[in-house]
Amino acid sequence: MSDVAVPVGHDAAPGGPPGSGAGGQARPRAIVPLAGLPLAVLALGSLVAAVAANRLWALEFFHVVGGGLWTGIDLFLGFVLGPIMAQLSIPARMELSRRLMPKMLLIMPTLVTMTLASGWQLARHLGNLAGTSPDHGWVVASFVVVGVMSVIALGILEPANLAVLFALRAPEPDGRVIGTLMRRFIYTAGITGAMQVATLVIMSRLAAG
Amino acid sequence: MTGPRGAGRAGAPAARPLPPLGVLCPASIASVIGGGIYLAAHLPRQAPFAPAVALLAVAAALLLGGLAALLRVREFAWRTFRMVTGWAALAYLAVGGMLEFVFVLDGTRGAMLVLVTLMLIVFVANIPLLLAFTVARYQPPGR
Repeated sequence: MSDVAVPVGHDAAPGGPPGSGAGGQARPRAIVPLAGLPLAVLALGSLVAAVAANRLWALEFFHVVGGGLWTGIDLFLGFVLGPIMAQLSIPARMELSRRLMPKMLLIMPTLVTMTLASGWQLARHLGNLAGTSPDHGWVVASFVVVGVMSVIALGILEPANLAVLFALRAPEPDGRVIGTLMRRFIYTAGITGAMQVATLVIMSRLAAG
Repeated sequence: MTGPRGAGRAGAPAARPLPPLGVLCPASIASVIGGGIYLAAHLPRQAPFAPAVALLAVAAALLLGGLAALLRVREFAWRTFRMVTGWAALAYLAVGGMLEFVFVLDGTRGAMLVLVTLMLIVFVANIPLLLAFTVARYQPPGR
């Protein structure tokens, strides 16, 4: 559930270089993109309906769509976009982060909630939660993997993401503060990547039966 | 627990000595998630409650300890803290409500329901606190 592993102001001088656009850019009024909220509400509302109806195909749909996007986005940001951004100029990093991170703040929690809620119900529906199930060990392993990712995401990355967004709204964003916060993404990218690969292995194993 | 006066720049507030909520809250979240995994791994049988209750107690103690220490801080961006806490609490109450709905829908009852509900409360309380603290600590005091 990492949000976005992109170093922004790692080596930035306070306030960023002249003409970085830090102070000159129009700052967004809202931290979370309000236009995306109805879509998130629609997705979560549909998830509640799927859980309440306990329909296998609907649970499978939410789990596959949510999990696929969650893992794909996580790996793409951590290992493709992150290293590219590290090589961009500081103004370019800040500009991309200012546009990307608010969206991630809405997209990732929605995908994670979709994936976990439907996955739990799916495991229950298929009998994988029972200790007698041959797949029980794999399901418990997935709990542990998700637990580790949750602690990293909720305890380390999401707070940093939000703090960076607030810091970027300052008239003169402080590159040192942003750099300090963004280092968390770099430090945890390896763990998150390993957990996502473990998730792919576990889910493939469970799907194969 | 209070920082120097006149820390006006956006970066300066981060240097102020503050309670280690950035460690306490993730540790609390980890404890409560550990308890949840322990209980879930035993389903559909009911696991012995003692380890889960112990983890819940640790999580609650870390949360309350951090909150108590933070409340003693005077120079802090309390307005930002309250604003972020409010919105984050709204979002995570919705998520917590969904989880509680799933527990009840799945037939969780009695002491087990009480235990998982308490774990959920500690879990949901941690997140807005941690989000708001991390944002506010980098804002100038009084903002």
